[in-house]
Amino acid sequence: MIRILRAALLFLALTAFPATAQDTIQEVLQAHRETIEASSRRTIQPAIDAIRDSGHPAAPLVLEKWEARDMWQRTEDGLFFYVEPEGRNDLKVFDFDTASEIGVFSKDGFDQLKPNSGIRALIASALVKFQLTDPDASKRRDALAALARNGNAGHLPILRDAIAEEPSVGIRQQMERLERLLTIQFGASDDERIEAMTYFEGDLGVDARAALNPILTTTRRVAPGTEVPADVNLAARLRPGGEELSREAAYDMLVAANLAPARLTNSDQRNALQANIVDGSVGGVPVADLDSPAARDRAYAALEAAGTVPSAATTDEVDAALAGHVFFDAYNERSAAVTDAANDVLTSIELKVAMNQFIDLTLDALSLASIYFLAAIGLAITFGVMGVINMAHGEFIMMGAYTGYVVQQIIPNYTVSIIVAIPMAFAVTFAAGVAMERLIIRWLYSRPLETLLATFGVSIALQQIAKNIFGTQARPLTSPSWLDGQMAFNDIVAISYIRIAIFVLALIFLAFFLFLMKKTRLGLETRAVTQNPRMASSMGINPDRVNMLTFGLGSGIAGIAGVAIGLYAKVTSELGSDYIVQSFMTVVVGGVGNIWGTLLGATMIGFLQKGIEWFNPSNTLAAQTYMIVFIIIFIQFRPRGIIALKGRAAGD
Amino acid sequence: MSSLLEVSGISVTFDGYRAIRNLSFSIGEAELRAIIGPNGAGKTTFMDIVTGKTKPDEGKVIWGEKSTNLLRLNEARIAQIGIGRKFQRPTVFEDQTVQANLMMALRNKRAPFPVLFWRPSFEDHSRVEELASEIGLADELSRKSGELSHGQKQWLEIGMLLAQEPRLLLVDEPAAGMTLAEREHTTDLLKEAAKTRAVVVVEHDMEFVRRLECKVTVLHEGSVLAEGSLDHVTANPQVIEVYLGR
Amino acid sequence: MRQSFILRNPSILIFLACLAAFTVIVTLLSHAYGTAFISTSFVKTLGKTLCLCLVAIAMDLVWGYCGILSLGHFAFFGLGGYMVGMWLMYARTELIVAGSMANAAIPPTPQEVRDAIGTQIFGVVGSSEFPPIWMFAHSFWAQMALVVLIPGALALVFGWLAFRSRVTGVYLSILTQAMTLALSLYLFQNESGLRGNNGLSGLQNLPGVSASQDYISVWFLWASAVALGLGYVLAAWVVSGKFGSVVRGIRDDEARVRFLGYSVEGYKLFVFTLTAIIAGIAGALYYPQAGIINPGEVAPIASIYLAVWVAIGGRGRLYGAVIGAALVSLVSTWFTGGQVPSVNLGFYRIDWVDWWLVLLGLTFVLVTLFAPKGIGGLFDLVTERFAPNRHGANYGPDQGSLLEKEGRK
Repeated sequence: MIRILRAALLFLALTAFPATAQDTIQEVLQAHRETIEASSRRTIQPAIDAIRDSGHPAAPLVLEKWEARDMWQRTEDGLFFYVEPEGRNDLKVFDFDTASEIGVFSKDGFDQLKPNSGIRALIASALVKFQLTDPDASKRRDALAALARNGNAGHLPILRDAIAEEPSVGIRQQMERLERLLTIQFGASDDERIEAMTYFEGDLGVDARAALNPILTTTRRVAPGTEVPADVNLAARLRPGGEELSREAAYDMLVAANLAPARLTNSDQRNALQANIVDGSVGGVPVADLDSPAARDRAYAALEAAGTVPSAATTDEVDAALAGHVFFDAYNERSAAVTDAANDVLTSIELKVAMNQFIDLTLDALSLASIYFLAAIGLAITFGVMGVINMAHGEFIMMGAYTGYVVQQIIPNYTVSIIVAIPMAFAVTFAAGVAMERLIIRWLYSRPLETLLATFGVSIALQQIAKNIFGTQARPLTSPSWLDGQMAFNDIVAISYIRIAIFVLALIFLAFFLFLMKKTRLGLETRAVTQNPRMASSMGINPDRVNMLTFGLGSGIAGIAGVAIGLYAKVTSELGSDYIVQSFMTVVVGGVGNIWGTLLGATMIGFLQKGIEWFNPSNTLAAQTYMIVFIIIFIQFRPRGIIALKGRAAGD
Repeated sequence: MSSLLEVSGISVTFDGYRAIRNLSFSIGEAELRAIIGPNGAGKTTFMDIVTGKTKPDEGKVIWGEKSTNLLRLNEARIAQIGIGRKFQRPTVFEDQTVQANLMMALRNKRAPFPVLFWRPSFEDHSRVEELASEIGLADELSRKSGELSHGQKQWLEIGMLLAQEPRLLLVDEPAAGMTLAEREHTTDLLKEAAKTRAVVVVEHDMEFVRRLECKVTVLHEGSVLAEGSLDHVTANPQVIEVYLGR
Repeated sequence: MRQSFILRNPSILIFLACLAAFTVIVTLLSHAYGTAFISTSFVKTLGKTLCLCLVAIAMDLVWGYCGILSLGHFAFFGLGGYMVGMWLMYARTELIVAGSMANAAIPPTPQEVRDAIGTQIFGVVGSSEFPPIWMFAHSFWAQMALVVLIPGALALVFGWLAFRSRVTGVYLSILTQAMTLALSLYLFQNESGLRGNNGLSGLQNLPGVSASQDYISVWFLWASAVALGLGYVLAAWVVSGKFGSVVRGIRDDEARVRFLGYSVEGYKLFVFTLTAIIAGIAGALYYPQAGIINPGEVAPIASIYLAVWVAIGGRGRLYGAVIGAALVSLVSTWFTGGQVPSVNLGFYRIDWVDWWLVLLGLTFVLVTLFAPKGIGGLFDLVTERFAPNRHGANYGPDQGSLLEKEGRK
């Protein structure tokens, strides 16, 4: 028993060695009582340091409670405690050293310590030491994340110590990375910082760029003479009137630096003239004539000569002033070696970033292409195979999306509802397609332009009906949680799971379509009816039935596409019309009557649109405009699409 | 004899199928020629090439004294320099009167602006009437051509061709679907036309060809099989094989 | 044998007489010149309707006669409106700016005036610079020329590209629709220099005219009526002679016309461009009456409605297009204006503001299916101008718009 006690005492003595003067944390606190009470950001640091370095097991508890504003001081003796609120007016009070409850007291006998945000930040960074060595790995990770956000020079040694002790390889890597980042910013010597930078060559992390970029910030400066001052870490010398610096801006810099007299702005001139109207004229020039810049200059010059207005810099003076000064961008960082190294590393990073952005863009384009393909594949069947223009195709897509929405209202589980919605959407739009084929289109097979108009009539009716039922506001079609989020390859290349799902869906449809057309009876009959309806019917194929089924199929696929599109875009009654022109373009560009053509067309349009967006990222409208213009020009060269049927089969 | 149209070594392929292979053909001024051949021999494709509808993969088509390369011209230009074509099915503008049909075909300026300001002169009217009586439609001038009988439409189309005053007439199966009397009339029209210009008639019907009394070219699988008088070619064993089969 | 143009086309006289009578009656019932029976806003509606009739004639010319189902003519209409709108907006803002600057102690310089106008006009899109396309906005005549030139040039370039590559039928329709979509998307951007989706507004105020809207509305009605009359006569003249024969020939059998030696592309381009110009003029008269133009007006849907009007009215005859446009647009105004009493079905109340489009869409389907000649077909019954007893091939472009069976009546 005694041995254990002695061992414990020994352990306590060893660990608490630096703070032998004060055996309890309360004593530490009392020693710094005044600074703590003063609660000023400028003077508080010694107190925080003392607590941190006390080696007392309760130190992190104190810091945490202090930061959380849960540390209170007893008015009568100035002792510090931490509390939990108890009712409106009472506090449950705990002792720091024992972490045990003392009792419930009224708030009246205690004062809350209210550290301001500056102090709390100091406390937080002091806490880092404890958090970084916390046995709980998740706490260490949190601490690292906090450190990455607002680390400072003081954290470096703590972090370095922590790395050595870190048991987890993953976290240690994170720590090492963070150590390098902090070294770049706060390293003691330039060499140390430069060495840290080389760690990030070709690194794609946003944090690396965030650490490097501030080093390269510049300030635009001006100095007398013709040479840049020697003590400046020069980024670039600027020529007034060049692309970077206009003459006006350069002169304004001179004025701001009090190196030259102000120039006369138009409104200053106007005000000066206005203030000096005498008997209907200014400086001898009648007011009525002052409607040209030349006349105003003349009047102002007269006033200047008379001394009534301050003299403004003339053009010659401006020229001389600009010639007599040197303009340059200077790095805020003093050391040229550091900025050079940062530049080198950033260049290597940017190269790699550009490559990865290209990959990311490709993924984006691919997913856009699959959306266009999904929207167009139904059309490729009805338009491409049957030669029927279905302007209501977009509305079938919309119907599919709304079907998904309605199903979700009934079945709250998103996974189940999506699984139910897909066949439902197919069924609904298949039925709608068959109805439309039976009622309208079959009467118009030989009149394609009229089919276009009649189906357009259906389209406006359907769109308005949807608006009447579901209203004009967008309805959400929520994807199941396993489709949330994205697959990230690194900080730049990422693709959301929904887009992957849509891509997979597009592939499935392609396979399904090929299987249907090449391997099934219906496909054979469809091809037969397409090529020669009379011959087909004489061979026992019922063209009516085939047409009906094919049209229904095309419409049904549009419905499924609607569910897919609804998952990633909002469902509105205009959903379909947003896609209809692009869908037609896809089919036309690809080449009518060929599924591979549709695939190529979708790919081309998807890549084209993303490519144009990349040139002008702020403006998707412009991207669409240019894309359509491009397609119109493209059709000049390949009027029958990418994959064209040649010769007699094209049916001239 | 100087030839008006010289087709040499043309070939054309549709999706791997060689419709015309190394075909050469020529026809002189004021000559009547019949082209016969079984289905798929390339008769219609040949006409398509001459009139500019189809471009051959290789070969040359040379026209007239100035040796114009027809492959460089579009359909409208080819028609303007004097090649008229009659299709297998009668294609007249059914929604318009016989007179309007003929008026449109009359040899006049073809560009949009002259046509816009063009109004028929007395000569134009009399030329239309003359043509109408030639093709036996003098009484039908103000009727819509869609109301005409099949044979009348064929004649109207021939009349439109004549109104174009072409130097070469390409006629695709003119006698199809005609009664015997109508056929005779058609034969007369073609023979009459061939006195002043070259006429190429594509025909299946041997009887009709015999009545034309002209040189015959036999096409088979996209190239010329035999050429000469009808009796000469029908005596050719290859032609017999192709036509009668085995 | 030779008859004068008017005598050969009595329908022109009838039409002009009806138009004149209509104009006189409306004038006599207006606030400005008559009994004030018709409200000024309705006079405007009627004036706008006349403009729509004009663009419908253009559509009929290009579709009903030439067989090109253009889904882009409302874009030309809108462009005409934009061109006139630019001048109206500039000139009016100039007057306002000049008015406010006249009180300043020192007269403004031209640059100051221009800057102030720029700030006024482009403030909504966060800019004050004049885009280059406003170069001629200060000049009435230049801008009026652009009303004709811009739609004409666009149609010429687009048509040349499209017809040259022999894009026909539905492909051409889709291509024209794409053109329209591209144009409207372009106009929606603030960078287009035409105030993005704000469009141009305040166009009903004529700069320098102090007369009230009561008068201006009637003047525009007259102008629209004159334009419609001239447009009708022009269109009738174009389709009357051999040119009309060729154009209808192109509609019915393009290849045959080509083998007759006519360059089909040239004719199509001519008709396409001419009708684009007519549409531009119609738009230039329409938008000052509407007061505002924005990119939504140019959207593809508007051009499709235009096709709907012509189809309902009866294509291939000019008066059919006029009747269709007038009837559908007026009925549409009536329905969407909420003046039609709702129908109570007990379980559901049909509110026509919401259901009108459904009705229109279904009507359109029925017309396409059962009355391909549209309302104009009724006149055939009256005049006993029955369709010919046809044999042989189909009417119309592609596989024919009218089958043999229907041609036989």
